[in-house]
Amino acid sequence: MLSIKNLHASIEDKEILKGINLEINAGEVHAIMGPNGAGKSTLSSIITGNENYEVTEGQILLEGEDISELAPEERAHKGIFLSFQYPVEIPGVSVTNFMKTAINESRKANGKEEMPANEMLKLIREKSELLEIDRKFLSRSLNEGFSGGEKKRNEIFQMAMLEPKLAILDETDSGLDIDALRIVANGVNKLKSQENAVLVITHYQRLLDYIIPDFVHVLMDGKIVKSGGKELALELEERGYDWIKQEQEV
Amino acid sequence: MAKYTEDDLKVELETKEYEYGFYTELDSETFPIGLNEDIVRAISMKKKEPQWMTEWRLEAFRAWQEMTEPEWANVHYEKPDFQAISYYSAPKKADPNKTLDDVDPELLAMYKKLGISIDEQKKMNNVAMDIVVDSVSVATTFKKTLNEKGIIFCSISDAIKEHPELVQKYLGTVVPQKDNFYAALNSAVFSDGSFCYIPKGVHCPMELSTYFRINQAGTGQFERTLLIADEGSYVSYLEGCTAPSRDENQLHAAVVELIAMDDAEIKYSTVQNWYPGNKEGKGGVYNFVTKRGLCEKNAKISWTQVETGSAITWKYPSVILKGNNSIGEFYSIAVTNNHQQADTGTKMIHLGKNTKSTIISKGISAGKSNNSYRGLVRISSNADNARNFSQCDSLLMGNNCGAHTFPYIESKNTSAKIEHEATTSKIGEDQVFYCNQRGIPTEKAIALIVNGFSKEVLNKLPMEFAVEAQKLLEISLEGSVG
Repeated sequence: MLSIKNLHASIEDKEILKGINLEINAGEVHAIMGPNGAGKSTLSSIITGNENYEVTEGQILLEGEDISELAPEERAHKGIFLSFQYPVEIPGVSVTNFMKTAINESRKANGKEEMPANEMLKLIREKSELLEIDRKFLSRSLNEGFSGGEKKRNEIFQMAMLEPKLAILDETDSGLDIDALRIVANGVNKLKSQENAVLVITHYQRLLDYIIPDFVHVLMDGKIVKSGGKELALELEERGYDWIKQEQEV
Repeated sequence: MAKYTEDDLKVELETKEYEYGFYTELDSETFPIGLNEDIVRAISMKKKEPQWMTEWRLEAFRAWQEMTEPEWANVHYEKPDFQAISYYSAPKKADPNKTLDDVDPELLAMYKKLGISIDEQKKMNNVAMDIVVDSVSVATTFKKTLNEKGIIFCSISDAIKEHPELVQKYLGTVVPQKDNFYAALNSAVFSDGSFCYIPKGVHCPMELSTYFRINQAGTGQFERTLLIADEGSYVSYLEGCTAPSRDENQLHAAVVELIAMDDAEIKYSTVQNWYPGNKEGKGGVYNFVTKRGLCEKNAKISWTQVETGSAITWKYPSVILKGNNSIGEFYSIAVTNNHQQADTGTKMIHLGKNTKSTIISKGISAGKSNNSYRGLVRISSNADNARNFSQCDSLLMGNNCGAHTFPYIESKNTSAKIEHEATTSKIGEDQVFYCNQRGIPTEKAIALIVNGFSKEVLNKLPMEFAVEAQKLLEISLEGSVG
């Protein structure tokens, strides 16, 4: 599904990613872990097309197509979704209105008619139940005055509505209490299928107790330095990142 | 990257023209330029006005001659040469007394272009409409339906002839001839406008609407609107404005007077889209307007305005809360782009007891424009328990525009409660990226953010107008994030 080849990227001439290689197949859950400043969030920004970063070398392929020249919305139309670490507020725009606009823009880009209102309402009902979201919440302004947990839950609600092929969860566990974490993780697990893939970016192992990864990668200083199964996450939790650093130096 | 960038947007904006910038070839009668007592008399004579009206105009003209243009507003422009303007221009074939079939077909074609086919209006919307092109009112629809309710809705010229007792009694009572420089000028030379009277206890069954259009070059437009809501009546009134794109500046100096008698309610909505000038700031309409309403006991006046056009806007729709328990409201969205300048706001004058006023002002600035809110809340010594709530929000796009807030509060009564809130925000790249990531392209994202910002005011507009206003906001701001 997603294939990243020798990806180098920089911001203001400072190289952050120094040759990333990553293969994610449909039906898989990958986790990227790493210490602060390793380039985890940069990677999600680059996959989604944030223009503040410059790709200096390498390729990002989605289902075989190079998307590294595409605008962020075009990537979204092709099924890439990012659950933001810090979702922004848009005053006066309700969650429902925002979702309606987003869904119809994607449909338009893919040559489809706008979604009929009754279908939209049905979808909203279904997905808000999945994430245990109070319907009143959906008429509130997007992220305005939301608690940390509400923001994250709203991100996953949007993911459920948009049904992406590749969902990137950037530090989705930060700011969540244990109940919210369970609801969010349950939501993600229910949305998982053989047709889509999830990339979880996280600092801590906690979220991975709920969203079980097939592969865990360690990102350090702009490179993936170690990959393994879900047990690698537990090892990192126990031993920290220093031993990998030492392993690298040897 | 092959992305549609802000630069592309800018290029598109430069090539994008003001949609209503066409000029219609109409056979017009236009007065020679310049202004003196003879011209004032000639206007009055042309309109077959009674003697008292001519005298009223001359009185205003004499006062105007002694006055100087106000300079306190936060706008900068070359002052118009008042002797270089023609003060009367009328499409020749437009005779308001004729039926629609007699109207100049060119004129009808122009309405179509403006999206206001009168026929359609008649059939589809429950909107009675008066249309003022250049200086005269050319068609008033729905007259008959309104007549049955005793509602008078006609051009002010007709009203002067047919209802002189009402006009003479109320004209200039809210905005006196000598009120200010532009009001005095308007009083002297106003050529047409709308007149409306809602009888006691009548709930006007439809929206009343006036559409203003400046067509002829080198003319000024000075319309005068007088709206009287008698005791316990209700009316919702809409006005829209457009003008051709021209290199020279055109002057528009209107006066609107509203009178809401005991227990009456007037809702007055404006979507102003006069030509704003080109992207270098050349041309555009100077919009110097005096709008004021008077509330008697338990009466309510609501001003809602969406201001997207004009090179210069100088406009403060106000309410005098004379009667006890009266209510004044002001909801405004003012958009400035390129080199536009707007100095707009309101005055709420609390005279009666338990009077309430609400001010919600949303300023949106883009390009190199300047947008100022200027508002006065005055609580007089007799106005016990007066309340005011003001909220002024500014939204900035890019780094070259300005937003300013000048709130004035004068309270002479200790029981008054006055609240003022103000915010300034900027459309953030992070907001746009967030929308992009959800599949929403930049232009659409800006429209969404702006609409969200303006929502409290847009919600106050009548339905059909709200849709038009929303589109207008999108067009006015295309390509302005940077």
